[in-house]
Amino acid sequence: MAKYTIKRLLQSFVTVLIVVTIVFLLLRLLPTDYYFTEDQLMKFTDQQKHDALEAAGLLDSPGKQLIRFYGQLLHFDFGQSRRIQNGVAVTKVIGSKFAVSMRLGMISLGIALVVGVTMGIIQARFKDKIPDHIGTAYTIFVNAVPGLVSYSLVLIFGSRVLGLPSMYSTRRVAESSILPIVCLAMTSIAFYALWTRRYMVDEINKDYIKLARVKGMSTKSIMVKHVLRNAFVPLAQYLPASLLLTISGSLLVEKFFSVPGMGPLLTDAIGRYDTNVVQTLVILYASLGIIGVFLGDVLMMLIDPRIKLVDDGGTR
Amino acid sequence: MAKEPILSAKDVQIQFSLRGRKLMAIRKCSLDLYEGETLAIVGESGSGKSVFTKSFVGMLDANGSIVGGSIMYDGKDIAKYKTEKEWMTIRGKKIAMVMQDPMTSLNPLKKIGKQIQESIELHQGLKGEAAKKEALNMLAKVGIPDPERRYNQYPHEFSGGMRQRVVIAIAVACRPQILICDEPTTALDVTIQAQILKLIHELQEELKMTVIYITHDLGVVANVADRVAVMYAGQIVEYGSVNEIFYDAWHPYTWALLSALPQLGIKGEELPTIEGTPPNLFHEIQGDAFAPRNKQALKIDFVEEPPFFAITETHKAKTWYLDPRAPKIEQPKSIRRLREQMRERR
Repeated sequence: MAKYTIKRLLQSFVTVLIVVTIVFLLLRLLPTDYYFTEDQLMKFTDQQKHDALEAAGLLDSPGKQLIRFYGQLLHFDFGQSRRIQNGVAVTKVIGSKFAVSMRLGMISLGIALVVGVTMGIIQARFKDKIPDHIGTAYTIFVNAVPGLVSYSLVLIFGSRVLGLPSMYSTRRVAESSILPIVCLAMTSIAFYALWTRRYMVDEINKDYIKLARVKGMSTKSIMVKHVLRNAFVPLAQYLPASLLLTISGSLLVEKFFSVPGMGPLLTDAIGRYDTNVVQTLVILYASLGIIGVFLGDVLMMLIDPRIKLVDDGGTR
Repeated sequence: MAKEPILSAKDVQIQFSLRGRKLMAIRKCSLDLYEGETLAIVGESGSGKSVFTKSFVGMLDANGSIVGGSIMYDGKDIAKYKTEKEWMTIRGKKIAMVMQDPMTSLNPLKKIGKQIQESIELHQGLKGEAAKKEALNMLAKVGIPDPERRYNQYPHEFSGGMRQRVVIAIAVACRPQILICDEPTTALDVTIQAQILKLIHELQEELKMTVIYITHDLGVVANVADRVAVMYAGQIVEYGSVNEIFYDAWHPYTWALLSALPQLGIKGEELPTIEGTPPNLFHEIQGDAFAPRNKQALKIDFVEEPPFFAITETHKAKTWYLDPRAPKIEQPKSIRRLREQMRERR
């Protein structure tokens, strides 16, 4: 297992390296004007600009720049933001935001898992009966109605009827987090309900369930001891990645409620050509995604004895 | 027969609704089961053998239900059972079932031992270590070597024959009175088949079970059964002891089945098959259901359903051929040939 882990980690490292290199090189194709703030662009003469670029090493050949970039990465030096927060280290820019996103994300994911999976179980248990139809209607509603519309409904209901703050505020974190969390959870609940139901219905129709029934087990204990456990295996695979990527936040929800999180950061950074921020975010998301998938595979192996990640010398 | 049957099904009717249409899968089927015997139910696919026996444990699919008749077991009419709670007093405990395909009958994510243990804990009131001990005991009983190690393995680490042994262990773990084996060897290798049949037979002797085999393999029937019931289109059309069915069958469908035995084929000649298809059970059937496929059918066969006529005390057939008013009809040559062949072999 240790050998396998090391192998996977090395592979992951190479993948991240390739991603980073491509993104880095693409960003170097941008006009050099974008290395200055709007202010500097107006005031600097061409000579001043040239000097500044040369001093920053931005006029060197791309290969040279790339090697320097790798060197910086080795020291965990991700450079500074130029346009989003001029002169502030990228790690600091992200550091101030990711905790907010992650907290909201984790809470909503937790809620979605509990509510969504329960809903899926109820739907599967009462398949084609009223509870199932209600659940399906909810899932279809959430998926069919554009996010902004359903968020608006939540916002109106939450602020008018329940009197909750409609904007995120650092002074009333708990209260003002409720509506964003509800909006985030809403979609994930539909996701988990849909897939839990689907995988459970799949399992219920299998022969071994018939054997369990003929063995004399009650429907309830079959549901818990056989169906749910087996249906959870395919869901579990994506769980670690979902957990880790809560850090990236949600663009729509965070903009909607003015949450100072990670959601809008990447699009912002791209829109404003803040290359260092873009690079760092790409490294971060790529690494988390890859680690998440790896952990998902390990988790699958732990709960499904048929899956072996390591060739233990036996026949396959 | 002087003995009282332990299970007695009378005029059982089972209906399925399929997309709003009603299908009568079992049409007034009756059967007595006697303690300690081995009964084989034979018939072609779709004749209702599985459905009929599934109704003894309340395992009909959700769209099927018993709409008439009674099934008396242990002084109660289990055909009236509706709730899971009622069925749980019988299922697995008094009447157990072994299903056809061992490859899919076990939960792939649960240890073999645990799956046997579940059944033991449910019905024998044993818990923890005691239940585990009993599960190990069962594994050994069904001929699985090294039970201690096997207990902790998963189904994918077992071969088909071994899995069927586990399924049997689960079924008999609670010492049921009746064991229904629904084509227990169909999915298995021929060499494994014999082993499994032998195992079931040994367990039957040891645990004093009554066994119902559902099969379309007449070879299996000849080897294991005491009595045979032949089913066609949702009805039992003939029943009797093995010898009576193999040597002196009277229902034209039984004749057709037996004539199709490969052992009776003559080299160079085509093996006889039963022409036509079984009747459509969505419609009501008039007369003898087999008449349209029977070249020697009598006129009355198309009009009125025949009753059972007794050939001996234990052997009855549901055909007008046995009516005293019927024209003299001889058993086909192949049936006589079978009789001779069987005699020679003895």
